[in-house]
Amino acid sequence: MKKIAATLAAVAMSVWAVSAQAGPLDAFKGQKGTVDIAGGTAHVPVMKKAAQAIMAANGDIRITVTGGGSGAGVKKVGEGLVNIGNTGRALKPEEVKKYGLVTFPFAIDGVAVAVNPKNPVSSLSKQQVKDIFAGKIANWKQVGGADAPINVYVREDGSGTRETFEEKALDKGTSKADANVLNSNGAMKTGIARDPDGIGYVGIGHLDASIKGVAFDGKAPTQVNAADGTYPVTRLLYMNTKGEPTGLTKLFIGYIFSPDGEAAIKASGYIPVKPAADKAKAGK
Amino acid sequence: MLRDARQEKDGFRVCVQASAALALLGIALLCLMIAGMAVPALLQNGDGHALSVVWNPAAGRFGILGMLAGSAALAVCALCLGGPLSFALLCWQLCPDNHGPLSRISRRLMGALLHFMTAVPTVVYGFAAVFLLTPFLRGALGGSGFCLAGAALMLALLIVPTMTLVLRAGLEARLAALLPHGLALGMSRLQLLWHCVLPQCRPVVMAALLLGFARALGDTLLPLMLSGNTPQLPQGPASGVRALTAHMAMTAANETGGAAYDSLFAAGFLLLCANAVIGLIARRLAADSRSGEARS
Repeated sequence: MKKIAATLAAVAMSVWAVSAQAGPLDAFKGQKGTVDIAGGTAHVPVMKKAAQAIMAANGDIRITVTGGGSGAGVKKVGEGLVNIGNTGRALKPEEVKKYGLVTFPFAIDGVAVAVNPKNPVSSLSKQQVKDIFAGKIANWKQVGGADAPINVYVREDGSGTRETFEEKALDKGTSKADANVLNSNGAMKTGIARDPDGIGYVGIGHLDASIKGVAFDGKAPTQVNAADGTYPVTRLLYMNTKGEPTGLTKLFIGYIFSPDGEAAIKASGYIPVKPAADKAKAGK
Repeated sequence: MLRDARQEKDGFRVCVQASAALALLGIALLCLMIAGMAVPALLQNGDGHALSVVWNPAAGRFGILGMLAGSAALAVCALCLGGPLSFALLCWQLCPDNHGPLSRISRRLMGALLHFMTAVPTVVYGFAAVFLLTPFLRGALGGSGFCLAGAALMLALLIVPTMTLVLRAGLEARLAALLPHGLALGMSRLQLLWHCVLPQCRPVVMAALLLGFARALGDTLLPLMLSGNTPQLPQGPASGVRALTAHMAMTAANETGGAAYDSLFAAGFLLLCANAVIGLIARRLAADSRSGEARS
């Protein structure tokens, strides 16, 4: 009997030790309530991973995660419908003024030029990319590919991915008026994967075997290159709250910046950003 | 006892009237709100105002007439493709010239399929088309395959079951009533349907076509997934177009204020007006048919 008791005690000790090791989740002990999150679609995988880990550790906490786009994120958090509104772009000054929002950049996302895997072109200069999206280069032959017309795919106006791409890759240029417009990273991937003559752009985390990332000015679109600044077409992903966050919302944001949160960010295809460095950056 | 019954009846009437008033009030408030929100966009002057053709937010141009033309082109094309198909299906369903078991089974199957198709979510059609129809159109028409033709084809497929079933529901009883007389006169079912039933039931036909048109005009996902969403005037079957509905879906996800956001309400207002006009035409037709019946 003593032996069994000792074993049980040992098991209990080890369980306690393991749970004690899961440091970032400790903050949620004894907490209760809900956190509602909405907004940018790029954020959803990170938010979901974090939410699942927290809810698994503490059954009294409910965290809901929905998409809707950056605009929905701003509107919903501003009007108090959710606790955290995500955006894939920096808040506009009038949005900060109107709603009194506080912003927390937590990850870097790169935007990669993508073509069909069958396309022999694997590298484009900035000028070539600009000319293709402006419609000046209209045949793949002109950039070393097959003799076929180029089908240009872009994202919708106001998309964070499009804003980043046009600002950083096209030097604030715009895309040609008759380009096909797709409304999500997923739709873009499907479009390019099915079109041998297509070209478009997606978040680096969305690159896989179905589409091919093109080197931009000789820089390969990888997370490593995006993290150290070699790859230039990047943006920050933001969480936003109405006023300084409190309670569970504050804990959730803290968790995103913890080692566990960083792991979730990396697993979703983004590069984590340190909170302190960012505050300085945002203040600039 | 009689008094109780009367009281009950009065109570019931009050309930019904209150519900009707509530529903009407809701609709009126909705219209008022959308019209009110649309005013800033509609009253804006200059090159970039909502009632112009060019949409280019980067250049301050927020015109949505190109999208209105896109919606209209899609709905008209879908109706032109789907309307005749619905009539053909109706004739086949109501006027069999072959009474063999195979013919009967295939007609039954088609009837069941039409019922089933009304319940298929449009996103399913959209996905199937992105993988099957779009690559086919890319080869056949050139360009990217995301174009007016593709979206119009799928919209036609969407509205055919609705139109066929409305036509059938409206005409089947009429045909059955006339059948003994017609057959006695030596007419075939098809002749009877074509020469006697259809001319009599013009309001049913118009109602079915208007319903199909309104559904094609109001659908969001098929244009969004298949038409290329190019904000320009329709330039041919292989060119991209953007429907008003798809435009609203795309813009609503990203904007919270400003001219692009206001243009959403202008777009909603235009759609509401289009639907109101269609509804009024349908009511007018129904009224005409009633007065016609009263005369005869």
